[in-house]
Amino acid sequence: MSGSAERGVPSSRRHWRKPPFIANPLLRWGLVVGVAIYAIWAISILPFDLDRISQGMTRAARIFSGAFPPNFDRYELLIDGFLESLQIAILATLLGLALSVPIAFMAARNIAAKPIYLIGRAIIILARSFHPVIVAILFVKAVGFGPVAGILTLTLYSIGFVAKMLAERIEEIDWGQVEALRASGTRYIGVLQFAVLPQIMPRQIGLGIYQLDSNLRASAVVGIVGAGGIGSTLMNAFGRYDYDFALAITLVIIGVILVSEAVSGRIRRNIG
Amino acid sequence: MTLQTTTTVAERTWARYTPQQRWKRFATMLVVAAAVVWAVESIDIIWPWVWDAPAQVGDLFGRMVPPDVSNLQAILWALVETLNIATIATFVAVFVSLPIAYIAAQNTTPNRFTLWLGRFILVSSRSVNTLIWALLFVAIFGPGVLAGIIAIMFRSIGFLGKLLGEAIEEIDRRPVEALEATGASRAKVVLYAIVPQVIPTFFAVSVLRWDINLRESTVLGLVGAGGIGVILQGAIDTLAWQTVATILLAIIALVILGEALAAWLRKKVI
Amino acid sequence: MLRIQNLVKRYGHGEPVLRGLNLDVAGESVVSIIGASGAGKSTLLRCINRLVEPSEGSIELNGLELTTLKREELRKARRRIGMIFQGFNLVDRLTVMENVQCGRLGYIPYWRAALRKYPAEDIERAYHLMERVGIAHYANKRADALSGGERQRVGVVRALMQQPEILLADEPTASLDPVSSRQIMELLQNLSQELSLPVLINIHNVAEAREYTQRIVGMRFGKLIFDGAPADLDQEAMDAVYSGTPGEERQQADVGPAQAQAVVS
Ligand SMILES: Nc1ncnc2c1ncn2[C@@H]1O[C@H](COP(=O)(O)OP(=O)(O)OP(=O)(O)O)[C@@H](O)[C@H]1O
Ligand SMILES: [Mg+2]
Repeated sequence: MSGSAERGVPSSRRHWRKPPFIANPLLRWGLVVGVAIYAIWAISILPFDLDRISQGMTRAARIFSGAFPPNFDRYELLIDGFLESLQIAILATLLGLALSVPIAFMAARNIAAKPIYLIGRAIIILARSFHPVIVAILFVKAVGFGPVAGILTLTLYSIGFVAKMLAERIEEIDWGQVEALRASGTRYIGVLQFAVLPQIMPRQIGLGIYQLDSNLRASAVVGIVGAGGIGSTLMNAFGRYDYDFALAITLVIIGVILVSEAVSGRIRRNIG
Repeated sequence: MTLQTTTTVAERTWARYTPQQRWKRFATMLVVAAAVVWAVESIDIIWPWVWDAPAQVGDLFGRMVPPDVSNLQAILWALVETLNIATIATFVAVFVSLPIAYIAAQNTTPNRFTLWLGRFILVSSRSVNTLIWALLFVAIFGPGVLAGIIAIMFRSIGFLGKLLGEAIEEIDRRPVEALEATGASRAKVVLYAIVPQVIPTFFAVSVLRWDINLRESTVLGLVGAGGIGVILQGAIDTLAWQTVATILLAIIALVILGEALAAWLRKKVI
Repeated sequence: MLRIQNLVKRYGHGEPVLRGLNLDVAGESVVSIIGASGAGKSTLLRCINRLVEPSEGSIELNGLELTTLKREELRKARRRIGMIFQGFNLVDRLTVMENVQCGRLGYIPYWRAALRKYPAEDIERAYHLMERVGIAHYANKRADALSGGERQRVGVVRALMQQPEILLADEPTASLDPVSSRQIMELLQNLSQELSLPVLINIHNVAEAREYTQRIVGMRFGKLIFDGAPADLDQEAMDAVYSGTPGEERQQADVGPAQAQAVVS
């Protein structure tokens, strides 16, 4: 076992280089040059306009001076917006949880037949690919401004996450229980109900609490494109240059998100 | 099965839950039911619209086929712009988040003040959504890519800083101590004992955030902050639904490719 | 020459762990420190390079008072004190060479450390020492790819790279198998002679202490109660060092050895 150190003893003993991360020099330098070219190109096409930035600074000063102190005078509007966000989040979470169960079964490799599995996966991928704001803007066009668009959007958003996690859980269930029921001659639906469902229920509850928290956050955002809730209130305030009210709304959103994150974390930890 | 033979008859009555558990479950159910009833009762919904919704959505999709590819070049260019926004913003945010993670980690922060400063920066960055940041920066810098990049950056700093800070808090203390014992300065101890330990997390978290940012960049345009969202909004406003369909397909392709690349990088690097 | 006088250490407001300890180590001797768990052996070693702050007393290394040094002076003084750890305390994700060069971090400028452009003489010295302990062919391997015995050799070389005036080893062999353990002890003994370096070793293995060191110091309850050649460490002395449990003793201050206890292997 002659190590590399012994090979070139006299000259290499005074020099040492860290072995490069990528051994192949061609690949390494190719990567470095490629990344450098991309970086230079990407930055060079940025419309970087110093004029506009300096203007921006004065505009920023105006916005911030307009925003301070935050204005809570129209707290009724704020509370209404929040309650609507909460309603949207609750309904979307429940709908999402309910719908994600059959979709998760479809998308579980060990339960579903191949074509059904592919359909289930496709639904999940589709639901996850689009940012909820894009979905929201389409639903707003289809069903009009307001909470319905928000609920539909967040239902789809919930399905994307919950069905995916649930399908993964179903794929790792204990097969012993399933086989025990099968052996006793239970029908397919019965197997799902008595052997699979009890095993995934705890996970589903945990996911539900997590999703309620995410939906509450997301409902503040989808409102920006008109899907109801506190986001719409914020967008209106911004559009009317009521920066002090906008800041008040933003502060309340931050507060609610922090509280909701803490509460949902606690509940999930207690459930175990 | 054998166990049952040894238990007495009285012990054999079986209930799935203890009374206390049952009571808890019942209360939880009640709370959930009450929340749903409240939400359905008081939400500001015009119900006929809801019953009409499936038809409307179907109609919308109907108008999207077949996708119109005549604008493909502009769409592809917007995709590249979206990719650039996500990449540049992630790259800058990663470096900005490093010092913040350093002062927000309990075991490396210089003093209590810097600890709270670091945590404050992370929480404020994290709790404001990218789109809200974007609204603000569009108001400041005017519509365009720059506002988008800065918005994504501001949101990413909190995410990256929080996860990196946690990684720093979880490092093995012993090499740090060993290097302190050799008489190395603080900066060198950080370089040799802390940095190598957090590098895997650093890569994983950066790649993860890049993936998320790619998705977020697709919607920046809806508030005017650049990327493919701009032409999406344009197409929706002009009711060019077939173009909308092409754009949506392009977004799916971008997001899926991004996810695949992120997964590959994760596997390759770590 | 290391001279410790009246060293006291208490953690927080509790009872002192070291209570007025005196110890002189001269020249190139290898000194074993034995004592039951909790006697304060690690605390003593860590007080010397001030990984633990001594409460009272003085520690002098070759004429330099260590206990009063300020930050920058302490850093400079620490370069002269090598330390070897029970858990090796290497940086797992760095190569052996980088780990070894960690011993020079106190001497080289920051840019060299950051770019891994170590001075040629440091590299030469590293190869020399690594060859001496038999790990030169691992220079480019990651530290976590090595076996326990090899890792401890890296730890030894890291300490020697500092060109220390004294070597402190806190149970250097406790995580090793018997063969590696003996190899490391032998290595420390030989290095001490070759480099005329005083070495302080905390050790639980009394047999090894007897075999590889010229002087054994027995600690109990924060004080030295035995100091002599291995031959002087008879059964009576062993009992005095190891009987009872220090924890109990600490509570009921001056109770004598309560129960005779088997010698720790
Ligand atoms: N950081 C610390 N804070 C508080 N007490 C400590 C601390 N470190 C050590 N002690 C206490 O000091 C006493 C001596 O500990 P020390 O580690 O020096 O013993 P030791 O002789 O090295 O034991 P061992 O053989 O198990 O390594 C113990 O009672 C221990 O609980
Ligand atoms: Mg110890």
